Amino acid sequence: MSLAATSRGFAAAARDALADPALQRALANIPAGFQVKRRNALAEFPEWRDLSDAALAIKNHTLANLDFYLEAFEARVKESGGQMHWCRDDEEAREAVLRICERAGVKRAIKSKTMVAEEIALNPYLESRGIECVENDMGEYVLQLRREAPSHIIAPIIHLNRGQIADSFRELHKGRDAARHLESARELLNEARAVLREKFLAAEAGITGANFLIAETGSAAIVTNEGNADLTVTLPRVHIVVASIEKLVPTIPETWVLLRLLARFATGQDITAYTTFVGGPKRSGETEGPAEFHVVLLDNGRARMLGGEFHDMLRCIRCGACINHCPVYGAVGGHAYGSVYPGPMGAVLTPALAGLTNAAPLPEASSLCGRCEEVCPLQIPIPRMLRAWRTREFSQGLGSLRARIALRLWAYFAKRPALYHAAANIAARFLRIAARLRLPLPILSAWTKTRTLPAAPGETFQSLYKKRGKP
Amino acid sequence: MARPKVGLFVTCLVDLLRPNVGFAALKLLGDAGCDTAVPRAQTCCGQPAYNSGDRADAAAIARRVIETFETFDYVVAPSGSCAGMLRVHFPALLADDPDWAARANAFAARCHELISFLVNVRGVTAVAARCDASACYHDSCSSLREMRVRNEPRKLLATVSGLTVSDIPDAEACCGFGGAFCVKYPDVSARIGGDKLDCVSRTGAGLVLAADLGCLVHLAGLAARQNRAYQFRHVAEVLADETETPPMGTPS
Repeated sequence: MSLAATSRGFAAAARDALADPALQRALANIPAGFQVKRRNALAEFPEWRDLSDAALAIKNHTLANLDFYLEAFEARVKESGGQMHWCRDDEEAREAVLRICERAGVKRAIKSKTMVAEEIALNPYLESRGIECVENDMGEYVLQLRREAPSHIIAPIIHLNRGQIADSFRELHKGRDAARHLESARELLNEARAVLREKFLAAEAGITGANFLIAETGSAAIVTNEGNADLTVTLPRVHIVVASIEKLVPTIPETWVLLRLLARFATGQDITAYTTFVGGPKRSGETEGPAEFHVVLLDNGRARMLGGEFHDMLRCIRCGACINHCPVYGAVGGHAYGSVYPGPMGAVLTPALAGLTNAAPLPEASSLCGRCEEVCPLQIPIPRMLRAWRTREFSQGLGSLRARIALRLWAYFAKRPALYHAAANIAARFLRIAARLRLPLPILSAWTKTRTLPAAPGETFQSLYKKRGKP
Repeated sequence: MARPKVGLFVTCLVDLLRPNVGFAALKLLGDAGCDTAVPRAQTCCGQPAYNSGDRADAAAIARRVIETFETFDYVVAPSGSCAGMLRVHFPALLADDPDWAARANAFAARCHELISFLVNVRGVTAVAARCDASACYHDSCSSLREMRVRNEPRKLLATVSGLTVSDIPDAEACCGFGGAFCVKYPDVSARIGGDKLDCVSRTGAGLVLAADLGCLVHLAGLAARQNRAYQFRHVAEVLADETETPPMGTPS
């Protein structure tokens, strides 16, 4: 088992997304909502380049010594009275969470936002085993009500507008005044808060992710803007952290280097509203905290990436900057990618975790404009890795046969200049006629589907140059 | 000082679709004191193969380009994208080939995008050209992010008499061309290009200039299909004062 992805349908899903006016209106908010805020935050923070270099060194060092730091982390977790659950894949991770719940008699769980739990599809699994697991991040809660997947790793309901959320609340929050006001964000938040407060108080287990796992303390660093993670780890008697192996960081000071970058690159904040370090169960003398502390540590294909072509992707701290600056994501949104990890980072990560045959369209779904790499706080060479996936696709024959034949034919000529120039002259003549008569172009009909071929001169430069010589 | 020997890498799009860009480049290089030649043995930089994952063909083309142009002091292309292929990606492509890695690195160091070559290597500060138009300048992603070219074209365009040049809002955003991408995902590509044309319309300019024919043909084709009356030219045409050829994008 591995990450489940429906990415093979990208082309059709992208077309649907382009034709969805509500989605397009929502996506139009990304430049002002994310790009401008990130740019302004960095303008006030000139040391970010040094911090980015430091972060790169921290992540590279940790990944190069990941076995050491994982064992150190485990030792600290156990010393503090916590329990470790090593999981090779999503199935083992789901079962580990279920076992913890069953042993502790948990029937009701509450969960703060975690992409790794999305990756292993934890909610439907627990539900099918009779355990209620309620999301308490506002965005994730709305998605759970609507039975939808997140469309962005840090802004899960970026595809929705307030009216759609209000409609869901009216339909699914039973027993409330039908005439109540649900127009403003405040009204929506208050209603969600009222519903969720009951869930918080009733929950026997709190499930969180971890932005970072700290080897020297055996603790998890969790950031939110709603404070929901703090309640999740404080109220229930069992705390379960679900996190993947590349979240390891050696020390707390090094974690702060990454935290200072994360908020600025993600939302343009200096620091997220809530930053929490938690680890271990409640100690004697403490008045708050869980009786049990568990870390469900997931590999799910990541160890395979270590030391290979996609190693650098493991540096990702999930800030979403690449997604927020991607022209393709900006045009089609996250659901089209068919993976919990969309956009440029998802186009690299999804084939690695779900298998290339299940995600083949994603590395192609990029103009290779390079902005993702430019805006990445960890300097991850995403375009290089997209090309690396394309190379594997080509050698495995995964692309369309037509594109493959066209490419090989073109390459045959490109390697033979005399033939190439003769063919180019014929093509130039044909293009002039085609442009005049608006003829469909063989091979390039997809190009003329949305564009009109500009008038062509009918003779190549090489041919004209031979006749004219130097000007 | 001896005149440097420059090999013009024409690029396949200029060869096929807009030969006057090649002649404009020759004039600009001649004015900048270069002895320029156009090797007949060139075809394309191999980028379509490289970006489609066909490494073997891309490497074969790269080796041929290097052989063809190795004797020149400089190799200059009127395209940030093709120059980026020669300068950034040839070394990556041939890094594991013991016979070619060092050659590719030495070759790459001599490869330049046309306008930045004129300004940074040849010290050109002004051109003798006239173009009565209000224009905006589109940065191609490879010019901007691979070749680090930003101010050079603006500096020279500022010396063209009769021309005003403005920046396009959100100038760092891609236009959606992306080589094979624009054929593989034509609807997504067109949508991104439409956004770029919307930004162009906010400048009030009627003429769009760029240093990459790929972006220009894509945007001109979109504008023509959407009946938007913009004109498109390669920046070299304007700088070389070679504007008799009608611009692209004019609805015919």
